[in-house]
Amino acid sequence: MIEFDGAEVALDPDRTGDEQVRILHPLDLVLAERRIAVIGPNGSGKSTLARLVNGLVLPTAGAVRVHDAAGSPLDTIDDGAQVRRRVGFVFTQPAAQLVMPTVLEDVALSLRREHRRRAERDAAALAVLERFGLAALADRSVHTLSGGQQQLLAIASVLAAGPGILVADEPTTLLDLRNARRIGELLLGLDQQLVVATHDLELAAQCDRALLVEGGRVIADGDPADVIARYRATV
Amino acid sequence: MPGSSPLHRLSPGVKLLALAVFAVGIVATQQALAPIPALVCGLAALALGLLAAVIAGLRGRRLLRVALGFAVVGVLVFAFQAWQHGPMRALTVTSGLFALVIAASAVTASTRAEEMVDAITRGLRPFRRFGVDPDRVGLAFSLAFRALPEAFRIAAESRDAARARGLSRNPRAYATPLVIRMVAHARATGAAMQARGLGDD
Repeated sequence: MIEFDGAEVALDPDRTGDEQVRILHPLDLVLAERRIAVIGPNGSGKSTLARLVNGLVLPTAGAVRVHDAAGSPLDTIDDGAQVRRRVGFVFTQPAAQLVMPTVLEDVALSLRREHRRRAERDAAALAVLERFGLAALADRSVHTLSGGQQQLLAIASVLAAGPGILVADEPTTLLDLRNARRIGELLLGLDQQLVVATHDLELAAQCDRALLVEGGRVIADGDPADVIARYRATV
Repeated sequence: MPGSSPLHRLSPGVKLLALAVFAVGIVATQQALAPIPALVCGLAALALGLLAAVIAGLRGRRLLRVALGFAVVGVLVFAFQAWQHGPMRALTVTSGLFALVIAASAVTASTRAEEMVDAITRGLRPFRRFGVDPDRVGLAFSLAFRALPEAFRIAAESRDAARARGLSRNPRAYATPLVIRMVAHARATGAAMQARGLGDD
């Protein structure tokens, strides 16, 4: 479960009132559904909202909390490292997210905490790659992969660390239709709670709940069909 | 580079240690010996480096690419040394430097990045008491390995973009987006690492 408790993000938090430029206005939300879509135009605050969940962006006022496996709340400011272990994050541009030179090594990097011995780590990484249909590419350089393969690998590398929540920031924006569908289906089928900021309304429609963000405010929240209809009406 | 050569099978720690000894040996012989024996040692080191490269599978075009990469620096070093100390000293220093570059390339060609990072992390563990964080240093090396192909990709894209706008002879049109995109990439990588919790422990 994810809680936004009056969480806001301002560019200049020291100023007050109208002088303050807010990227995200105070937000009170409890996200308990398994698959949540965040939609809205460019620059609306979708990515900021998504980044708040993982602690990549910290609230300048209020708090964001995610619950651990036992149900205890973790504050993104006070418990940053635990929050990052609990919440995986997938970026729009996978190339920046892949840290190691080869496919196997990148997944293995996520497993360093669990497996100190390299042989065990590689075996576990290979098992992850097999799960995602990437085992044949294990020794390939990550920068020779196609965009779809890179995004799939980025997701595999994040999920290898075993997060309970996955946040994806426009994960299908740079992909062709086939790869966008493939990644979308993969994300929707995960056991993890999913928060996906997206322009892909087909993907958003298949979620359990949707939030429409505009001008740094959530202006619609509820059933994806209704929220998408509202979004279309504002365009 | 994947392979099963004796160099591939050797532990990365041993290879790094051998490379360090090789480097110290080259510098020491150049400092301690008379010009002709020093030159003989420099050329012998070069032959040894080339042998290691061939064993590691670094042949043909790959080896040529390493040599061309060194050529710019090599010519400058040779010219400076020849001007300061004469051609024999210049040949000694340049051959020693080239031997080191070739040997280092043989080590990287025969070692997976992850093995290298593990060896560096293991090797630095005794320095933990002095405040060194081996995992962080290992991670920094991983990023350096990964950054190279990315830098080449960004450079090629920036060059193509400049060409497409008819600005191929304008260094600013190439350098400005290259620098900005490299910085942006570094920031994005930092955010990605933070998101993956790398460096948290």
